Amino acid sequence: MREVRVEGLAKTYGTLPVLADVSLRAAPGDFISIIGPSGCGKSTLFNILAGLAAPDAGQVLVDGAPAEGRTFGYMPQKDLLFPWRTILDNAALGLEVAGMRRRAARDRARPLFEPFGLAGFERAHPFELSGGMRQRAALLRTVVQDREVLLLDEPFGALDSLTRTGMQEWLEGVRARFGWTVLLITHDIREAVFLSDRVVVLGPRPARVRRVVEIALPRPRTVEMVTCPGFAAAEAELLAALREPAVEPGLREPDPREPAQQEPELREPDGEVHAGPDRSGRP
Amino acid sequence: MRRALALAAPPLLVVALLLGGWQWFVTVNDVRPQVLPSPLRVVEQGWEFRDVIWANTVPTLQVTAVGFAVSLVLGWALAILVDFSPWLRRALVPLLVASQTLPIIAIAPLLIIWFGFGLLPKVVVIALVTFFPIAIGLIEGFASTDREASNLLRSMGGGRWKEFRYVRLPGAMPYFFTALRIGITYAVTGAIFAEYVGARAGLGIFMNLQKNSFRTDLVLAAVVVTATISVVLFGLTYLVQRLVIPWHAKERRRA
Ligand SMILES: Nc1ncnc2c1ncn2[C@@H]1O[C@H](COP(=O)(O)OP(=O)(O)O)[C@@H](O)[C@H]1O
Ligand SMILES: [Mg+2]
Repeated sequence: MREVRVEGLAKTYGTLPVLADVSLRAAPGDFISIIGPSGCGKSTLFNILAGLAAPDAGQVLVDGAPAEGRTFGYMPQKDLLFPWRTILDNAALGLEVAGMRRRAARDRARPLFEPFGLAGFERAHPFELSGGMRQRAALLRTVVQDREVLLLDEPFGALDSLTRTGMQEWLEGVRARFGWTVLLITHDIREAVFLSDRVVVLGPRPARVRRVVEIALPRPRTVEMVTCPGFAAAEAELLAALREPAVEPGLREPDPREPAQQEPELREPDGEVHAGPDRSGRP
Repeated sequence: MRRALALAAPPLLVVALLLGGWQWFVTVNDVRPQVLPSPLRVVEQGWEFRDVIWANTVPTLQVTAVGFAVSLVLGWALAILVDFSPWLRRALVPLLVASQTLPIIAIAPLLIIWFGFGLLPKVVVIALVTFFPIAIGLIEGFASTDREASNLLRSMGGGRWKEFRYVRLPGAMPYFFTALRIGITYAVTGAIFAEYVGARAGLGIFMNLQKNSFRTDLVLAAVVVTATISVVLFGLTYLVQRLVIPWHAKERRRA
């Protein structure tokens, strides 16, 4: 596992500047959350890291060298489990796409079903699973690809708050056990504090890094910590950073297509709209 | 099985009522069979002439099968080409739509002039009427793929071919089976129509000949056979669908 540095990423879609200047650093084993207003470019950042979009400026370095294709494991906002595949085959998809035989790919994915709380559901189809299980299956599909850094785009955004809390505790446990390096996008300040070593606060679109907040709470994190003073202080600091008015108010022209940038909401799932029609034909 | 019965019962009941009314009307008014034979007479005469009808059913089935097979192969080939090439999509899809405006009724006799009374003109007619729903259904099915699902495949290191194989193709299968059902019913009527215009044997030409000799009862008997073929083929598509995409029905039942 090596050090990943993201330096000065910028991206414009057509005439819409989405990322202005985003830099990050992740050492092996780091858990970094990225938080920012809806539509500020968080998913765009992940698309660039995952190699799905090219940045207009900036670079992604792995131990000083430009990153190649297989550094990041990407878990998109939707679970995108395919209804025609069983959970086991969905989990093995990344390995199959990478050229592994189906049998071998399944054998690689199978042992993870137990720690992911999916034991017994290998042959189920996605529509037979609860929301939390679907997210764990999607995470399993990401993890089994054995990439150096996991990119989790609002993995718990669509879950009810009880399930979400359970998933956060579970993630804290498995992450420690497997030693993953994680970048997590979230809308949930509490989730960011609970899980992270560091939280990167992005400003409104076009995104730049506003503040990086170190979370000094001990690990493993437990639910009881949520009420301790250190936790509350970190939450307050993040909220303040998000609420801060834009740094260069005069420089940003108001975007006629959209009303004013929204304040981030504490526990609202991401409601952004992607450009282009939603072409998911499936329910 | 119970479900199938429950599905079939209401339409069967309606058919029974209609047939009863028809029988009653013909009997009471003493209508001449050349004008309107009673349902019982249709069945009776149909059974009487079962050998001839069967001899004409086999060629129709053959023509339908060959024509529809040609249509399937062409439809799949074209849809895949179009899915891989945006340029071909722009070039071919309008032509495909235009092909549907061809008046088959005027073209079918020309096809016979050009290709004779054999298999070929019928295959062309069937292909013309069934190719469109199949190709368009598949093209739309492929294109209905969630863009983010394509992104996921690319993030896994898959290129365009793997995207097609793992996402676009399986995702398009429900669309394909819908298109298949539309196509297969068109195929049977297309075959009958092509034969009606000119053939050596087949239910279409049989109907034409019987009509000319005022055997309305035999025309209707052939109609019954045709309808039966269509319904059976239509049902078969559901069977094949069950085998090919068993997940689809299960998912639908959940939703
Ligand atoms: N492929 C694309 N083409 C054009 N505009 C895009 C594309 N992807 C995202 N955008 C736009 O970029 C902005 C940021 O989107 P996104 O990165 O998804 O925000 P979020 O921070 O909510 O994840 C949005 O206004 C979105 O419409
Ligand atoms: Mg997003």
